[in-house]
Amino acid sequence: MKNRVGKYTVRELGIFAAFIALIVALAVVSGGTSISPRNLVLVIKQASINGILSVGMMFVIVSGGIDLSVGSILAVSGVAASMFAHPGEYHLAIPVALAMLVGLALGCANGFLVAFGEIPPFIVTLGMLTMGRGLALILSGGSPIYNISKPFENLAGGFFPSAGFPYRAPILSVYFLAVVAAGAFVLTRTVYGRHVYAVGGNEMSARISGIRVGLVKMSVYAISGALSGLAGLLLASRIVSGNPNSGSGYELDAIAAVTIGGISMSGGAGKWHGAVIGTIFIAVMGNGLDLMGMPSNLQLVIKGAIIIAAVFYDIRAKRKR
Amino acid sequence: MAATEKLVMRGISKSFGNLRALNNLDFTLRRGEIHALMGENGAGKSTLMKILIGIHMADSGEIFLDGEPVVIASPREALARGIAMIHQELYPILDMSVADNLFLGREWKRNAMGPLSMVDRRKTRRETENLLAGFGIGISPDAAMRGLSVAETQLVEIVKAVSQGAEIIIMDEPTSAINEKEADRLFAHVERLKTSGASIIYISHKIDEIFKIAETVTVLRDGNFVASRPTREMTPELLVSQMVGREIDDIYPPPPPDRHIDGAVLEVSGLSDGYRFRNVSFQIRSGEILGMAGLMGSGRTEVAECVFGLTPKTSGETLLRGKPADVRSPRDAVLGGMALVSDDRKQKGLNLAATVGENISIVSLEECSRLGIIDRVRERAGVDEYMKRLAIKAESADTPAASLSGGNQQKTVLAKWLMAGPEVIIFDEPTRGIDVGAKREIYQLIRELAAQGKAILMISSEMGEIIGMSDRVIVMADGELAGTLDRSELTEEAIMTLAANLGPTGKGVR
Repeated sequence: MKNRVGKYTVRELGIFAAFIALIVALAVVSGGTSISPRNLVLVIKQASINGILSVGMMFVIVSGGIDLSVGSILAVSGVAASMFAHPGEYHLAIPVALAMLVGLALGCANGFLVAFGEIPPFIVTLGMLTMGRGLALILSGGSPIYNISKPFENLAGGFFPSAGFPYRAPILSVYFLAVVAAGAFVLTRTVYGRHVYAVGGNEMSARISGIRVGLVKMSVYAISGALSGLAGLLLASRIVSGNPNSGSGYELDAIAAVTIGGISMSGGAGKWHGAVIGTIFIAVMGNGLDLMGMPSNLQLVIKGAIIIAAVFYDIRAKRKR
Repeated sequence: MAATEKLVMRGISKSFGNLRALNNLDFTLRRGEIHALMGENGAGKSTLMKILIGIHMADSGEIFLDGEPVVIASPREALARGIAMIHQELYPILDMSVADNLFLGREWKRNAMGPLSMVDRRKTRRETENLLAGFGIGISPDAAMRGLSVAETQLVEIVKAVSQGAEIIIMDEPTSAINEKEADRLFAHVERLKTSGASIIYISHKIDEIFKIAETVTVLRDGNFVASRPTREMTPELLVSQMVGREIDDIYPPPPPDRHIDGAVLEVSGLSDGYRFRNVSFQIRSGEILGMAGLMGSGRTEVAECVFGLTPKTSGETLLRGKPADVRSPRDAVLGGMALVSDDRKQKGLNLAATVGENISIVSLEECSRLGIIDRVRERAGVDEYMKRLAIKAESADTPAASLSGGNQQKTVLAKWLMAGPEVIIFDEPTRGIDVGAKREIYQLIRELAAQGKAILMISSEMGEIIGMSDRVIVMADGELAGTLDRSELTEEAIMTLAANLGPTGKGVR
C-alpha cells in the first residue's frame, strides 16, 4: 500500500498538515491575535460544544446514516433545561437530567423510525429538525428564557482546575474531552462499537452474522440525541439562557467536522480522531475568518463548499481502491 | 504476420506498485475462433483483458490489431476498434426497454439537434427487432430490462456489442450465474457469432465448458504465459495441472475411512415461506454432508435463508439437537450454533469496508470480550489462528478485505464462521467464482468439518461438487423437495431427473 505512511494514511496526514498550515497562516495574518490566550479560550469553547455533537454524528455516520436534527434537539433540550433552572426553584440535577432525557427521547424517536419504520434517515431527521425547532419555540413561547441560577451558569462557565493554577482550560473542554474519550473507547474497543462499523459497512452481512441491526441503528440515533441534549445543556449554561433559536446550522458543522476528518459518508469506515481534528479545524477556521473580518454569510458559503470537497475527495479515494 | 491473426499482444508487462501482475506475456487470437483464457484467480486474466479494452495501460509490450500496431487508451477507443467486453456482472438500466438499452448512447435521431434531438422511437424499435431476429432471440424490443433473466440480459449485451461492430468479444465468466440449459443456448449463440467472423475470448472457471466450445486455450499462471494450444490436444487433467502448476489427482478429497455419522443435529419439517417453496423437510446428522441440488430458481437458497431466520416462514418446524428451535432471526440461528456461508460473498458475506481481521472476528466478538469490552490480544490470536488454518493469503489481519482475491475472500467468510464454532454449517455455492486451487482447499475443509462432527448442508449447482462431496443429496424442483438420493444412487442422471421433475414422483415437464 503506497497510500500509507506508518500507521496513518496519506489523507490523515494531509488533513493534519492542512490544519497546522491553517493555524500558522491565521497567526501570521492576524498578527498573533489568533493565538492569544483570550482567543484560544473562545475557540476551545466553540469547538467543545460542536465537538460533542460531532462525536454523536460520528456514531450515526459510521453506522451508515445521517442525523440532521442535532441542532434542533440541542435547542429543545436547552430550552427545557432552562425552564427548570431559575434560581431557588429546583435542584441542579433536574435541569441536567431533563436536558439529557429530552435529547435521548428525541434521538430514540429518530432511531426507532429509521430502524423499524425503515424510513430513510435523511427524511426522518429532516422532519425532526423541523419538529424540534417548533417544539423549542412552543416551549419557550418564542423568546429566550432568562433568569438562570448561578449553579446552572457555572456548569459551562468555569475553568479547570478551578483556581490558583497558572494554566487553566475552559471547563467546556473537559466535557468535550470526556465525551471524545468515551466515544472513542466505545467505538474502537467494545463489541458494540464493532457492530456499528459492521452495520455501516454491509448491513446484510452484519444481519447474517447475527448482529441485531435494528437495535444498533436505533442506538446510534439515541447516542446522537443524548449528546445533543448534553450540548444543549452546556450551551444554555454558556449563554445563560434557553434560546429556542440556538444551534441552528450546527448539524452542518458536525457533518463537516466528521467528513473533513475522513469518516466515510457511506458508512463503515473512519477513525475517531478524524472527528476531533475535523471539529477543531472547523472551529479554528470559523474563528480565523471572523478575525479577518469575513462576513458570516460568506463563511456559510465556504463551509458548504468544504463539505462538498471533503465528500468528493472521499468518493474519489474510494474509487481508486 | 499471417492474415488469420486478428489480435496479437506481445511482451505485455504490467505492475501495480510492487506487485507484478503480468510478466512479458504473449497472447494471439485468430480470426473467427473461440479462445479460452484460463488461469486461477490472480493469474492475470482480468488484467490482460483490462489492458486490451483500455482500462489499464501496459507498462511495456505491443498490441497489433489486424497486423497494425495500436494503442488503446480507453474502453471507448477499444469499442471504436471493435473490441467489446461482456462483463461478469451486467448493469443495464433496468427501467428502460430492451430497445432503448441497445441503442443507449447512440440513439436513432429524428433530427440533428445534438442532445436536444428527438429520439426516433419507431426506428429504434425496428432496428432492435431486426437485430434480435437475426440472432434468433425471442425477446420483445419493448420488454423492460428488469423483467429479463440474467441469461437474456447477457444475450442483449452480446447483440449490443455486435451491433456496435465488435469483432473481438470478451466474455468474462458468462455462465457463472445462469443454469445449464441457458448456458447451452448461450453456447449456440457464441458459435453463431464465430461463424459470422467474430473472435471470442472466453474466460471461465468451468473446465467442461472450455472443452465444449473453445478451439484454443491459453493458460496463464501468476502473470506468466504457460501454454497456448488447440483444445483437442488438451485434457481436463492437463489443463488443471497447468493452471495450478502441480498435478491434482482428485479435486474431491475422499471421506476419511474412520468417520461416523451420528444422530440428527438439524431437523426441518414442513417448512414453507408461502411463496418460493412449500413443505420442505430434511434432516442433517452429525458428521454428514447433505448436498442440496436443483436448478436455479428451484428455491434452494430461499430454503437455506429461511432455516437461518433471514426470511420469515409461514409454517414448519425446526429442531436443533432434538429440541424445538424458534429461529426468527439470523441472531437466533447463530446463537443456536448455525452458520451460513452465503452464495454472494460481497453482498451477504463480507464487510468490504473493514479489514480481514475485523471480518473474521465479528461473529465471535462476544467470546473474546468481557463486559462488552474487546480483549484485543485474544481477538487477534483467534484471527491469526484461523487465517493460518485456512491459509488466507493476506499481508496481515489489518489488510482491507476488499483487496483480497475471490478465493481468499471466500476463505475469510469461512474463517469468520469457523471461529464462532458452529454445529450446523450451511454452504450456499461454496466455490462459485473461485479458482481450482482454492476450491480444493475448501473441499478439504468441508471434509474436515464433517469429520469433526459438524452437520453440513451444501447447496451447489455444480454436479461434480454435489456428487463428489455429498453423503446424501436432496433435490429441489419448483419449490418442493423432489427426492432424496443416497451416496450409492448418486449419478448426474438421477439428480437431473429429479431436478427437472421427471421422476416417478414428479409432476412431469411443465
